[in-house]
Amino acid sequence: MAIKTEEMVLNMGPQHPSTHGVLRLELVLEGEIIQKVIPHIGYLHRCFEKHCEAMTYPQVIPYTDRMDYLAAMGNEFGYAITVEKLLGIQLPERVEYIRVIMGELQRIASHLVAIGTYGADIGAMTPFLFAFRDREVILNLFEITCGARMLYNYIWVGGLSHDLHPDFVRLTREFIKYFRPKIVEMNELLSTNRIFIERTANVGVLPLETAINFGITGPMLRGSGFKWDLRRDDTYSVYNKFDFDIPVGEGKVGTVGDCWDRYYVRILEMGESLKIIEQALDQLPEGDVTSAIPKRIKPPVGSVYKRVENPRGELGYFIISNGTTSPFRVKVRAPSFVNLGIMDVLCKNHMVADVIAILGSVDIVLGEVDR
Amino acid sequence: MIIYDFLYKFVFNITQSAAIGDITAMIISGALPLLILVLPFTLVAVWLERKVSAHMQDRLGPMRTGSHGWLQTVADLIKLLQKEDIVASDNDRPLFNLAPILVFAGSYLVFAALPFSSAYIGSNIDLGIIFIIAASGFVVAGILMAGWSSNNKYSLLGAMRSAAQIISYEIPTILVILTIIMITGTTNLRTLSEMQTGHFWNWMIFGGAGLSLSKFLFIPFMLIGFVILYISTLAEVNRTPFDIPEAESELVSGYHTEYSGMKFAMFFLAEYANMFAVSAIVSAIFFGGYQSPIGYLGNTLGLPWMIPIEQFLWFASKGVFFVLVQMWLRWTLPRLRVDQLMALCWKYLIPIAFVNLIIVGLITVL
Repeated sequence: MAIKTEEMVLNMGPQHPSTHGVLRLELVLEGEIIQKVIPHIGYLHRCFEKHCEAMTYPQVIPYTDRMDYLAAMGNEFGYAITVEKLLGIQLPERVEYIRVIMGELQRIASHLVAIGTYGADIGAMTPFLFAFRDREVILNLFEITCGARMLYNYIWVGGLSHDLHPDFVRLTREFIKYFRPKIVEMNELLSTNRIFIERTANVGVLPLETAINFGITGPMLRGSGFKWDLRRDDTYSVYNKFDFDIPVGEGKVGTVGDCWDRYYVRILEMGESLKIIEQALDQLPEGDVTSAIPKRIKPPVGSVYKRVENPRGELGYFIISNGTTSPFRVKVRAPSFVNLGIMDVLCKNHMVADVIAILGSVDIVLGEVDR
Repeated sequence: MIIYDFLYKFVFNITQSAAIGDITAMIISGALPLLILVLPFTLVAVWLERKVSAHMQDRLGPMRTGSHGWLQTVADLIKLLQKEDIVASDNDRPLFNLAPILVFAGSYLVFAALPFSSAYIGSNIDLGIIFIIAASGFVVAGILMAGWSSNNKYSLLGAMRSAAQIISYEIPTILVILTIIMITGTTNLRTLSEMQTGHFWNWMIFGGAGLSLSKFLFIPFMLIGFVILYISTLAEVNRTPFDIPEAESELVSGYHTEYSGMKFAMFFLAEYANMFAVSAIVSAIFFGGYQSPIGYLGNTLGLPWMIPIEQFLWFASKGVFFVLVQMWLRWTLPRLRVDQLMALCWKYLIPIAFVNLIIVGLITVL
């Protein structure tokens, strides 16, 4: 009998500790070398977009929370400004500032999860728990603001559900002071760790051209070295009033656009978010946060597309109104979904262990991929 | 040895039968390390690992079962005993059942040749170190069996990686041990420990006993040898940063994914027994084994019977110290990739160990 070799198909997920939820990856292997990666999605599909058509505009907000559940504030933020654009209403200054503060706090919390779970994927458990310890402080801030820790229903069309807690400003300043040294600690523990660099540098290199062709956005695009951030390039809310940098991947320990660059962009972005929060707290105006909330939301006939920079990339809402109190159609451009499409290109000719490293650096949230 | 003789005489006096005396003494002295060391150590080490990791990560760890959760492992063990023993229909049943026994036997065999104190060593064979290396080979066979018979792709990948890893890392281990054999001229662990008697400056890591020029010349090479030996023993027991075979986040525990209940506990037990065994080997070779670094209380007080007990305590605490270092590393470092692990072994450790061996040989000859 002739001896022959054949490719092995390995099913990774939907129950696997490192697929960040219920993603199923079909890996075609030759030994331990990846020939092909086929992502299978849909295990968490909840018909979000269809569901919206049966809801009134404010009723959609709690459902947006459940898309990218690690960055719920960002989802509400995006939805609220899209509907506001459709309605054409002007907001009090205070509302805009609070939204920016919440959005940036949420960005830090979300990046902490991304970084922490990335460390755990590579095999370092301690950074994971350190990240969750710091995220806890942010969740406490959200809790005193609106009572919820994960799914807030806080940013409403035309305003906010509550004003800030009297202690919020003081506690947030304390958090900023507490958190700056923790970023340094994370760098010492994980970012500059020799083994971590060995595992992530020059792995899953994403050239800029490929990234743009695949429509990659967010930290992944910036990791490939392109300064593109919707907060600056298609500014919304009051982001144009703040001074912040857009960190990009520089290939410090390997090639531009490798896993380490994508990881490090997230670390740097947390520092930039702290800067924005600090400036927003300094300039925070007084005012009523609920005054502009319309009694009845009934936008005129028309359609609108609005996009915001979520922690995972460009989150876009396309809403068609037919003049009733419910949207006729809601389409979401989910960054995780688009970014996931590049897995096959990134993983080719890497090893099984690298799939985990690459998937972690893509940083998907299945709630958003499947909606 | 003293314990064996004592037991033999004790049973012989009662039964007047040499055969019964021999067998009883053998069984009891053979089971001693299991009862007084391996089982209690595993129970404490699992708890300690959880506590150490918890305190490193700003957590409390187990707190509810007993004071600071010290009964947690006992509770876990009882839970595991009650669990259903699942054997999937596609598993290769005989191999599947044999594998955990083989893995545990491999790690327990090592304890037979460990010099716990001058009064007790399971079997004082002349080829002590060689026996230990050979016995730990059983573990590889057990792991391969477990991975193959599980009929699970992840387990198979884990087992293959594990076999490759353990076999590769045995080479630098043996090279370092050869270096020591060249200096001391013995493979008997008890003799090796006796040679390092006195104070800590007589330990092999400080060039061994005596005050000659070669002792000082040895010191840097002994340090290199120690580092290589420690790294490769880490890899042999599959601890981070070399825990690739059981990589949780990739292979979902690798070769023991399919095991449940007490069979899983056997793997667990073997892992922790192995951790102590390799730490004990490192301390026996480089850190004086059961010898006290500062002299014995028994000598000072004129109570010679205290010395073996003190020696046992020194041996245990040296072993536990290195186990703690293993835990510390585990909860700090990420995991290497399998090809990087092989590169580390074949490109760095083996050449360095080889050069080390040659230089030490030259010094010995001169």
